Amino acid sequence: MDYSSFLQMREEFSLLVVMVILLVYDIFATEKALKQFQTVALSLFTLHTLLNCVPREAFAVAGGMFQYVPMQTYIKTILNIGTLIVLLQAHKYLDEDANRVKRGEFYFLTLSTLLGMYFMISSGNFLMFFIGLETASIPMATLVAFDKYNKKAAEAGAKYILSAVFASSISVFGISLIYGSTGTLYFNDIATVFTGTPLQLMAFVFFSVGLFFKISLVPFHLWTPDVYEGSQTNITSYLSVISKGAAVFVLFTLLVKVFPKIISDWQPILYGLAVLSITVANVFAIRQQNLKRFLAFSSISQAGYILLAIISGTALGMASLVYFVLVYMFSNLAAFGVLSVIEQRTSKVQMNDYNGLYQTNPKLSFVMMLALFSLAGIPPFAGFFSKFFIFSAAAQQGFYVLVFIALLNTIISLYYYLLVIKAMFLNTNEQPIETITSDIPVKISLVFCTIGILFVGLVSTFYDQIAVFSFGM
Amino acid sequence: MNFLSIFVLVPALMMMGLYVSKTRKQIQFVTATGASILMILSGVITYMYLSERAAGNMAEMLFTADTVWYAPFNIHYSVGIDGISVAMLLLTSIIVFTGVFASWKIDPLPKEFFLWYCLLSIGVYGFFISTDMFTMFMYYEIALIPMYLLIGVWGSGRKEYGAMKLTLMLMGGSALLLVGILGIYYQSGATSMNILEIAKTTIPIQAQYYLFPLTFMGFGVLGAMFPFHTWSPDGHASAPTAVSMLHAGVLMKLGGYGCFRVAIYLMPQAAHEMSWIFLVLTGISVVYGAFSAIVQTDLKYINAYSSVSHCGLVLFAILMLNQTAMTGAILQMLSHGLMTALFFALIGMIYGRTHTRLITEMSGLMKVLPFLGVSYVIAGLASLGLPSLSGFVAEMTIFVGSFQETDTFHRVLTIVACTSIVITAVYILRVVGKILFGVIQDEHHKHLTDATWFERLSVVTLIIAIFALGSAPFWISNMIGESVLPVVTQLAK
Repeated sequence: MDYSSFLQMREEFSLLVVMVILLVYDIFATEKALKQFQTVALSLFTLHTLLNCVPREAFAVAGGMFQYVPMQTYIKTILNIGTLIVLLQAHKYLDEDANRVKRGEFYFLTLSTLLGMYFMISSGNFLMFFIGLETASIPMATLVAFDKYNKKAAEAGAKYILSAVFASSISVFGISLIYGSTGTLYFNDIATVFTGTPLQLMAFVFFSVGLFFKISLVPFHLWTPDVYEGSQTNITSYLSVISKGAAVFVLFTLLVKVFPKIISDWQPILYGLAVLSITVANVFAIRQQNLKRFLAFSSISQAGYILLAIISGTALGMASLVYFVLVYMFSNLAAFGVLSVIEQRTSKVQMNDYNGLYQTNPKLSFVMMLALFSLAGIPPFAGFFSKFFIFSAAAQQGFYVLVFIALLNTIISLYYYLLVIKAMFLNTNEQPIETITSDIPVKISLVFCTIGILFVGLVSTFYDQIAVFSFGM
Repeated sequence: MNFLSIFVLVPALMMMGLYVSKTRKQIQFVTATGASILMILSGVITYMYLSERAAGNMAEMLFTADTVWYAPFNIHYSVGIDGISVAMLLLTSIIVFTGVFASWKIDPLPKEFFLWYCLLSIGVYGFFISTDMFTMFMYYEIALIPMYLLIGVWGSGRKEYGAMKLTLMLMGGSALLLVGILGIYYQSGATSMNILEIAKTTIPIQAQYYLFPLTFMGFGVLGAMFPFHTWSPDGHASAPTAVSMLHAGVLMKLGGYGCFRVAIYLMPQAAHEMSWIFLVLTGISVVYGAFSAIVQTDLKYINAYSSVSHCGLVLFAILMLNQTAMTGAILQMLSHGLMTALFFALIGMIYGRTHTRLITEMSGLMKVLPFLGVSYVIAGLASLGLPSLSGFVAEMTIFVGSFQETDTFHRVLTIVACTSIVITAVYILRVVGKILFGVIQDEHHKHLTDATWFERLSVVTLIIAIFALGSAPFWISNMIGESVLPVVTQLAK
């Protein structure tokens, strides 16, 4: 066997090198050198992002266990950028005295989940896929419970690991049924023999539960609000964007590559899930007072919108999906960024606390407003374009009713996004949150998100680049 | 990008200018300069358009330009204007200009106010210059969202309720619209979202049956069509002066313009067969709006309901589907835009002095505020259709056009709609009599001061425009009439 072909997995190796360096550095560096730990970590990760952002030729490693197509570079780069933003936003938190000793773990765990997602995205075999899924899930539970003395975080961690394990065990049961009915675990081989016998349909349904759980679609979403609320805000943002982004991409790839023959079966499933996710999450979001729970429900409904891109199964849908994830990342991370800055300084997360924020913190309120408008899909911000494209991709396949339902839901979502904007701009407060000067890394991350929200939509280059490598049925 | 985009660019530059300005003087300088430039530009574009037409260029849209934006979706940034767009650009410039002066001393946060105000005008200008459905829709939505903050922060009365209601209802309209647009694009099989391209194709009639109502209702919400008009009174009543002016004056016209340009132009067969439903609805708007205005006691509510009635007339005339009535509809858009802006400006100025908008609490204001009083009378007369003022020209054309449809259904509706003229006279004259004439009852009202120079500038500009349109309508109605022709030809197919 020619092991040199393994070196083609450049993204994975590069990330692994970063992880190992950081681990060694954290253990062996002197006290003085450790002060620079975060700077080193962020620079290394930036370097890794930059080195791996150019798509290469498609290839397969290990007899098709690992399959690379150029599109994966884009989705991985999006995840990298998102992770970088999250790490920048977590900079202040990790610099606190209580957390300084845990910095090494934080980075190592975060990057391990990212590595898991890499393998999940590039997998060409269900075993590889499952390993990736688990590598992404288990460190995630640790991260969720990172504040171990915080009861809510510990509870959230337990909730997350229990439901994640439950979901993946159902998923692996599905995989075993797939193996039983087709005799293979390789994606390419399954595609030809997976014709949709009752057993295979059952296998498909069981299998996809694992992914639906990751994407947190209704009715697999029940863990989401509690976990989002309990865990540290930066982890929440990581969960809501990176882990979800990877899962939706994988779902799309699997559906069009492995299960194209049962399209008439999975389309109704996705249809129902999309309608449920968008509607239920929106209705629940209206009543939330805690902004983390609020954003949790908002992210569930956004996941529902993403299904509109997946359901089409076309190349247009794929491009719209990746683009949507990119825009969603900027918008959601901007919102969570503001949230985490305010939470860290004042430990306030209720909507009422945000009353009159504009008077004391005009810039933070402005970024928050951009993020919410973008999430609501208001032009000229990027969210409008990404929503329009997924609607367009779904309408192209004739899903007019679904598009219409989704659009009606954008009105509900606009209502609750406006509630936050109303709190910040319209409401008055006797004691508004005091003026906050954020530290440089957070500022960089927020500026970066703002630029993303403002220009990713108006400038068509991003979409055109993504569309070059998109594939569908 | 060709020079038409400058209409979008100037407000964008104004926003940048505002962003760096510090004092109120600077803000006033930036907005006044920008608004004047826009005025001059729209004058220039009118002249260029007319001379191009006079030179014999009979293309449907002039000064067109087309840039590919999102190739996979065939989304282009394409602009172009015909006589109707020119008229609307003129109207927008006048309202933006007068709006700036009407809110010359806006308080608090003048900088933020004008930033949103400029974003709103970007949306409006962009809508009128675009010929691509996507860009059109995008600009339409750009125009919607600043409204929330403009009303919510600077409004009065039940502003949070009004702002939320307006935003959500208009977003609801745009949801219908988006499905309509996507449907039109995919069903027509056209290779671009350009309206002129799609007009060359024929959308299957089955698809038209559901796309036409979607699109018409989508735009109809913004045009305050019954039963989707309820945002208008609450929204306009709580909005600050300049926003009421721009919204009632121009934004509501987006609805009529869109119905005309997208719904009827692209789906003529469905328009023929389904127009009766919407004729009934708009007929109700016309009469119901007028009757509601009679019983209101708040000046802004009166004017808002009167807007419902007048904008209903716009859609009503468009649905008559003949050239005269459609020309009248566009004229009515202009006329209503100008006079409703004048009304809202005057109401804002009166409210700023008396601190009440209830007609029961005011009387005899003519004695202390002669300038505002006379202007209010002029606005009122324009609204009830006095010859030589703009309202007469527009309504005359509409009803002459409507009478050309000789079947009983259209005849009856036309007669019903005609009654609104009488009802309009009732509520206008009632208000004028109540608040302007008689004896001053409130002691405080005796010491009010009349309009300042910037208020006068704003009011006089609008009055001049109303007189101009009313006394010399032919050049503009010819310009509109020939631009309506492509739609009429499309309908005759």
